[in-house]
Amino acid sequence: MEPPPAANRWRRYSDWDARPLRLDKFAREDPENGFAAFKGAADPTSGVTISNGRIASMDGVLAHEFDMIDAFIAEHHLDPDIAPEAMAIGSDQVARMLVDMNVPRADLVRLARGMTPAKLADVVARLNALELAFAYAKMRPRKTPGNQAHVTNAKDDPLQLAADAAVAVGLGFDELETTMRVSRNAWSNALACVVGSVVGRWGALFQCSSEEAEELRIGMAGFTSYAETVSVYGTEKSFTDGDDTPWSKAFLVAAYASRGIKARCTSGGGAELLMGFHEAKSLLYLEARCLCLQRGMGVQGTQNGGIDGAPLTATLAGGMREMMAENLLAVWLDLECASGNDARATESEIRVGAKIMPYLVAGSDFICSGFGSILAYDNSFNASLFNGEELEDFLVLQRDFEADGGLTPLPEATALDLRTRAVEALSAVLEELDLAHPTPEMKASVIAASGSRETQTFSTGETTRISEAIETRGLSVTDVIRALAKRGFGPEAQNLLNLVKLRVSGDYLQTSAIVRDGHVISAVNDPNDYAGPGTGYRLSEARRDEICNIRDQLGQNEVLSAQARHKKSEARRIAYLGAGVAGMGENAAEVVIGISPAYGLQLFQTTGGRNLSEVLKCLIDGIEAGGGTARVVRMFHTADTSFLGLSAAKISGSGIGIGIQAKGTAIIHSSGRLPHNNLELFSNAPITTLEHYTALGRNAAFYALKQQVEPILVPTKGEALGARYHAQVALIHAIETGLVEPDRAPEEITPKFLGEPQGGRP
Amino acid sequence: MKKPGLCDYPLSETHGDTICGPQGVPLDKITLEAVIAGDVGIEDLRISRDALLAQAGIARAAGRDTLAQNFERGAELIDVPGDVIMQTYEMLRPGRVQNRAELAAQAEMLRVEYGAHKIASFIDRAAGIYLQRGLIDE
Repeated sequence: MEPPPAANRWRRYSDWDARPLRLDKFAREDPENGFAAFKGAADPTSGVTISNGRIASMDGVLAHEFDMIDAFIAEHHLDPDIAPEAMAIGSDQVARMLVDMNVPRADLVRLARGMTPAKLADVVARLNALELAFAYAKMRPRKTPGNQAHVTNAKDDPLQLAADAAVAVGLGFDELETTMRVSRNAWSNALACVVGSVVGRWGALFQCSSEEAEELRIGMAGFTSYAETVSVYGTEKSFTDGDDTPWSKAFLVAAYASRGIKARCTSGGGAELLMGFHEAKSLLYLEARCLCLQRGMGVQGTQNGGIDGAPLTATLAGGMREMMAENLLAVWLDLECASGNDARATESEIRVGAKIMPYLVAGSDFICSGFGSILAYDNSFNASLFNGEELEDFLVLQRDFEADGGLTPLPEATALDLRTRAVEALSAVLEELDLAHPTPEMKASVIAASGSRETQTFSTGETTRISEAIETRGLSVTDVIRALAKRGFGPEAQNLLNLVKLRVSGDYLQTSAIVRDGHVISAVNDPNDYAGPGTGYRLSEARRDEICNIRDQLGQNEVLSAQARHKKSEARRIAYLGAGVAGMGENAAEVVIGISPAYGLQLFQTTGGRNLSEVLKCLIDGIEAGGGTARVVRMFHTADTSFLGLSAAKISGSGIGIGIQAKGTAIIHSSGRLPHNNLELFSNAPITTLEHYTALGRNAAFYALKQQVEPILVPTKGEALGARYHAQVALIHAIETGLVEPDRAPEEITPKFLGEPQGGRP
Repeated sequence: MKKPGLCDYPLSETHGDTICGPQGVPLDKITLEAVIAGDVGIEDLRISRDALLAQAGIARAAGRDTLAQNFERGAELIDVPGDVIMQTYEMLRPGRVQNRAELAAQAEMLRVEYGAHKIASFIDRAAGIYLQRGLIDE
């Protein structure tokens, strides 16, 4: 016979090849070509010299050689009064101060003003991932965490935007961001989202990401309340390639303030590398430059942590740690931080979960700078780290770790009400302003739709005409408020006015401002005061209840009522007739089946959905098919499988018994064995079929008749059976143990099968 | 409000009767009824110079000097029309103007017509750096 051929591959690698993870690509570290998260080939050594109160050199560059970014940082960020002190402290010591709960945040914020980009980067690079998360929790500006949603769709459908905006607000998002597939639809998107965002409550800030000049005009018409498209870069060439300079962006930031519109900048590791102008510097160092620049510009906050560069950054060794480090830099520089977790950086759900965890437990001003509240295919920014599909996963993570990710579970009926009201409100505005006349069919399809592939709604051309009409007719938010009021949407009109009034006082222009319960909270009146356990943000009892109250939780009532649904049908199939105290059997071919206290009395189906009458019938049939005789006994003194089986064996004429619980766990036992040393055990009741029970009965008979036996194996597919069933199992078992009477003797049972057609799963 | 401090924040809750929009309508008078009646329009739903300067004071009291300076620059732009703002922004972008004089002229216009001294100095400084970095000529 030929020997088998030598293996050319362990097939596990083929299994691994098939996993979503392998769709991700991983870049080799190459600092000369910019592929380095922390240690760039050309990263400078930190340092500063001051002459006559002015910065004479910074990070190895003399003032007359400063590029625009150096110059801006030296003039507007670096404080010559603090720099000598701050730069003199060793980076290790500063790193320890960041994770020392006894060093106040304010002290570190002050020191950061005297540190150069290279120094700041050098300090945070010394922290491991856990320390970065801890320092982030301590340093973030606002105490109460929040979150931001993307609200977009593949058709730029205004009806769906309104419905989805209302749902996002209902879920608790503090900010909504939209953008368009067709840029001309900006005005329509803005109108639709802002109307949807004031259904139910007011206070979610809203932005429409579009071309800079148009975005400002939409803001001036009152439709939007913030902007975060003010991008900055860490090298001069990327900056000018992006068609801006530090001064043009700083001017834009001041312009937003002048219109009472909240603004934050955008930066993030990987941007310069993507644009091809990285100067062989590390992602972290370049981002440190971006952030010093932003603080110097006087913008209140930033959106950073990879952002558009996140997928590239995540291909690098240490890339995810780098994103945490750059977020820490932002909050250390006292900037509001919308901390990325935005563009989906991986196809692996495990990497998604791992990416979000530090932010969820540390909290963040905005945990995601764009959580896709809509389905991934409807996300016009491209898929987010989390999307509508995974929204409930996020809710459960909040509950698991009792961590406030800014969201609140939304009851199904509430979601439907919000969608209906939002679509009706927007339709009323469109009609009142003579922009469009949505049909009842359009409205109905949008209200029910999970995503735009399911809607019958405006064509893209119709939406574009709506958008152009809003713009060319010079409609503003006051026209929308009047239309809402006139058409009977008084609460929405008032909510929208409240939102627009924010810009009169400008309270929400301060660092890290959001609106909660009608009040502006920010780093000014809700400052992060973390100083160790028991300080900083803690869940209130009420907030904990909100987070924990996810849908479809199981309790004893749910289990009992689910079982009760089978009570009547089981009564038509079987009667368990009591026949007095069970005695010792004498038949050497006998197998005693010991059923549990609640079997067929309070519980009627196994966790695998098999009717208990059928399970018992199969065991008896199996025993008889194997040449044995079955006798049924109800145990009262125990509900434990091993003892059910052993007790049955001990009164069996053959010494062989079967124990079975109502949930379906079954065992073959022999009278001479130790309790937990059984002959065969079916521990996975949810996947145990009637055929398995028949085979178990037959094997028990074989043991009784002392024949050779092939044990029955119930194959698993590796399901997380514990996750699926253990809550139910524990509740069911509590019902069983509640019926235990320790001193009551087993009772002989004559099962009477009534011939009713069988239900349940085979 | 004399010198706004942390205790004045949020202004909408502590000074709703005195904080006004740019046309002098106080926050408390901006009601739904007034909007429906047409007595309050979009121009009233903007921030005023006083309010933004008050926010600058609060930012400074909270230890945020650069944010305060941004608000002060913004306050100078409140009366500057949108098209002039966009024109100025355009001029500050790379490659839009050829020489320092054009930027200096824009700065001077903002200084003279709108009293935007800080903005004007800011533009002048930008021009100096642009020249140094070869973005514009003398």
